[in-house]
Amino acid sequence: MSTFSNSGKGVADPANPGRLISQFAPLAAALLIAGILPSFVDNYWIQIASLACIYWVLIAGLNLIVGYAGQLAIGFVGLLAIGAYTAAILCEKLGVPSLVALVLAGCSGAFFGFVIGLPSLRLKNFYFAMTTLGFATIVTQVALGWESLTGGGIGLPGPVFPAPFNSSVGFYYLVLAMALIATYLLRNIAISNFGRGLVAVRDAEVAAEAMGVPVVRLKLVTFTFSGGLAGLAGALYAARQTYITPDAFTFDLSVMFFIAVLIGGRGRIVGPMVGTAILTLLPEIAAPLVAWSTFAYGLLLLLVVLIVPGGMADYIDKIFKKRPIANRITAPKVGVISAVISRAGDKAATSIVVKNVALAFGGVRALDGVDLEVQPGTIHGLIGPNGSGKTTLLNVISGYYAANQGTIFFGEHDIAGMPVQSRSGLGIARTFQTPRVLGNLSVLENAMLGAYSQFSSSFPLTALGLPNSRREDKAIRERAYRALTAVGLAHCAESRADQLQHTEQRFLEIARCLVMQPKILLLDEPAAGLAHNEIENLGTLIEEMCSLGVAILLIEHHTDLVFRISGHVTVLNLGKVLASGTPSEVRTNKEVINAYLGT
Amino acid sequence: MILSILIAGVAIGSIYAMIGICYNIMYSTSKVLSFTCGQLGMIGAVFGAWFIGDLQWPIWLGFPAAMLVGVAFGFITELIAVRPVLKNIDQHLYVLSTLAFALMVQTAAAIWWGTEPRPFRTLIGLGSGALAEKYWLPVVVCLLTVGTIDLFYRKTLWGRAFTAISEDPGAALALGIPERRMRVISYGLAGFVGALAGFVGGQLLFAFFAIGALLNFYGFIPIAFGGIGSNRGALVGGLALGILQQVANYLVGGVFVGVVIFALFIAVLVLIPQGLFGSSAARRV
Repeated sequence: MSTFSNSGKGVADPANPGRLISQFAPLAAALLIAGILPSFVDNYWIQIASLACIYWVLIAGLNLIVGYAGQLAIGFVGLLAIGAYTAAILCEKLGVPSLVALVLAGCSGAFFGFVIGLPSLRLKNFYFAMTTLGFATIVTQVALGWESLTGGGIGLPGPVFPAPFNSSVGFYYLVLAMALIATYLLRNIAISNFGRGLVAVRDAEVAAEAMGVPVVRLKLVTFTFSGGLAGLAGALYAARQTYITPDAFTFDLSVMFFIAVLIGGRGRIVGPMVGTAILTLLPEIAAPLVAWSTFAYGLLLLLVVLIVPGGMADYIDKIFKKRPIANRITAPKVGVISAVISRAGDKAATSIVVKNVALAFGGVRALDGVDLEVQPGTIHGLIGPNGSGKTTLLNVISGYYAANQGTIFFGEHDIAGMPVQSRSGLGIARTFQTPRVLGNLSVLENAMLGAYSQFSSSFPLTALGLPNSRREDKAIRERAYRALTAVGLAHCAESRADQLQHTEQRFLEIARCLVMQPKILLLDEPAAGLAHNEIENLGTLIEEMCSLGVAILLIEHHTDLVFRISGHVTVLNLGKVLASGTPSEVRTNKEVINAYLGT
Repeated sequence: MILSILIAGVAIGSIYAMIGICYNIMYSTSKVLSFTCGQLGMIGAVFGAWFIGDLQWPIWLGFPAAMLVGVAFGFITELIAVRPVLKNIDQHLYVLSTLAFALMVQTAAAIWWGTEPRPFRTLIGLGSGALAEKYWLPVVVCLLTVGTIDLFYRKTLWGRAFTAISEDPGAALALGIPERRMRVISYGLAGFVGALAGFVGGQLLFAFFAIGALLNFYGFIPIAFGGIGSNRGALVGGLALGILQQVANYLVGGVFVGVVIFALFIAVLVLIPQGLFGSSAARRV
């Protein structure tokens, strides 16, 4: 037990002072420099530093959208403008105190962040990029056209903060504090289950749903949060500019924010921070070329995309991140499984019952009245020729396809109409024919994703870094480490998952399912591509999970494995059940031999 | 009054439709939606105005020259913003690379050509009032373009090869269709159509560096409505958008037209993501 908790805490181990220092030393140094900056530079540079801090408040939030969730929101300048105008209008027209206006600007930013997040639920890539671009254009047009409110092209004075924030040094400390708070919130989200969930949305949305990530809610919450930060940044920006016009919110600002995230690296914090600093300084250094600044941003974006699509952080990773040792052997320790999947007080046995399920794709009847039942603590083999509907059935059970007819009951729950992530919340876990792991995350973090729906901390509380969320995270981290030990990958826990071999990724998917503590596990060709001894290991693993009460549905072409470990075997052919029974009944069935097994 | 609104709407809608077709042509061979389509229109207008206006070239020289610039720009787009990111098409980096390239072109145009809209010379001088050249020319050229491309796709070997690549690039490659060369050609063709849209729409939109971004958005809406890949959908969608825009301009006026169209655009996209004439999305798992 103690051996697991010693090594199972992973990178951000607060109890390890050496690591703590090496991790936070650069940050502390940067903070120190930022803190004493006003005592050795003149006013001009303080203003530049203020601008960098303001940009960072926005970029910290944008980082979650672009860097973590992978959404191409290229129109964030629109949210900056909304925050700026909200604050300016409240102060100028309604006489609201400027600090109150700052908070309200954050609220309006959050609202519009939510609004531009809505299309992201249905629209991807170019479509979504176009909608955010359109949003930014519309905001500028409205600011120009609604003269009675915004002053049109003439503009509005920005909010003036009360003393001590009205001097440039005082204002600098205000925005520095905001930048620190933004960083703190970003970091807490980034290292939490929400951060992992966002990366899963980015790199493997299908797997994210299977692990119980509520994609819709997570996206909307994140957009709202980022919008709030952008709104705050807007109000601060308006205060710094002292006077705002629609011209202050050109599209190249948006592009600059975007580059700052990309150049630093997707899914990082320090990288985009450095990117922000560099990009804020760039126009100051290259002042004579100011007319070409948009061109330069375009060129920079093109170069980043073509040369370093992973950002600087990817290169740093390649140098420093621990690689898995060569000639490693995957040696499962099946005895550990019981410590992973025992849910305290939750022993209710649940079986899955599929009745008369049919599904047609156009004219192809992929499933044609299939019945199937998987009891807890049994292994149910599902075999059949290619195209017989095995994976389709699995997709219907896990919720990716909706059946045209038939019922699916999981215990007492009628799950036929349930979304994928709710089914996983009930304890339905699955693996994929082609492993879907998150290459940029560590092996351990990948495994932790399995317990996504078991976190109870809300997004805001996690962002604030409250002890409860950290406690939960630690418990899941230890469970994930045990699951990795069980499948034999503990020695790679800290490596990036894309450095694992294909076969190891299959075992990682199983570990991820184990962390979920599933009641039923759907395995889609887990032995494909495995060597002989690995198949043996896999068989032992599956049998052990089964003996602990998990129901197993095993799709496999290695029929020797299926016949050896299954208690019951169903054969599909052309979407219909060809035979169903004990292994010995099925393997001697004439029709099965003709259609699939051969002689 | 109503007639003149309709005529203006149809004329401007034809330009949008042609930009939509430009998107379609690029998409057919590369599955890339490019932010440079609108800039192609801008290039057609700006270079057209420069050749036949500033340089006083005759139309028979100025028109092909402007088209040539468009074609060249299409080739360059393929070379530097599309080809390098095609290997990992599922990462959709083309969104950023084409955006970056479009931004560079737009800035270069703003610096070289200036940020003021400049008039575009009358080309033929036939018709006046509601039937002035600036209204009928885009419509006629747009219809000709749609018809020609339709014939080209259906009747010629090259056209069928294009169709083959857009339906199944792998199978097309296996059949010996030179996929890369076809892609390069399609970008040249898209450059031609885009520049043509800007050239014949120049009198209506003016030779102005900022129309690129505008056309990008309003050219994309028709194909989002009509379904990507469908040129007839682009035509119907473009005309509908142009008329809607002019009517809204007349009724509401000012900036709120943009807001209305944007809201409609989002609503339609969210409700029917595949468009009216497109086919539905493929399987995910």
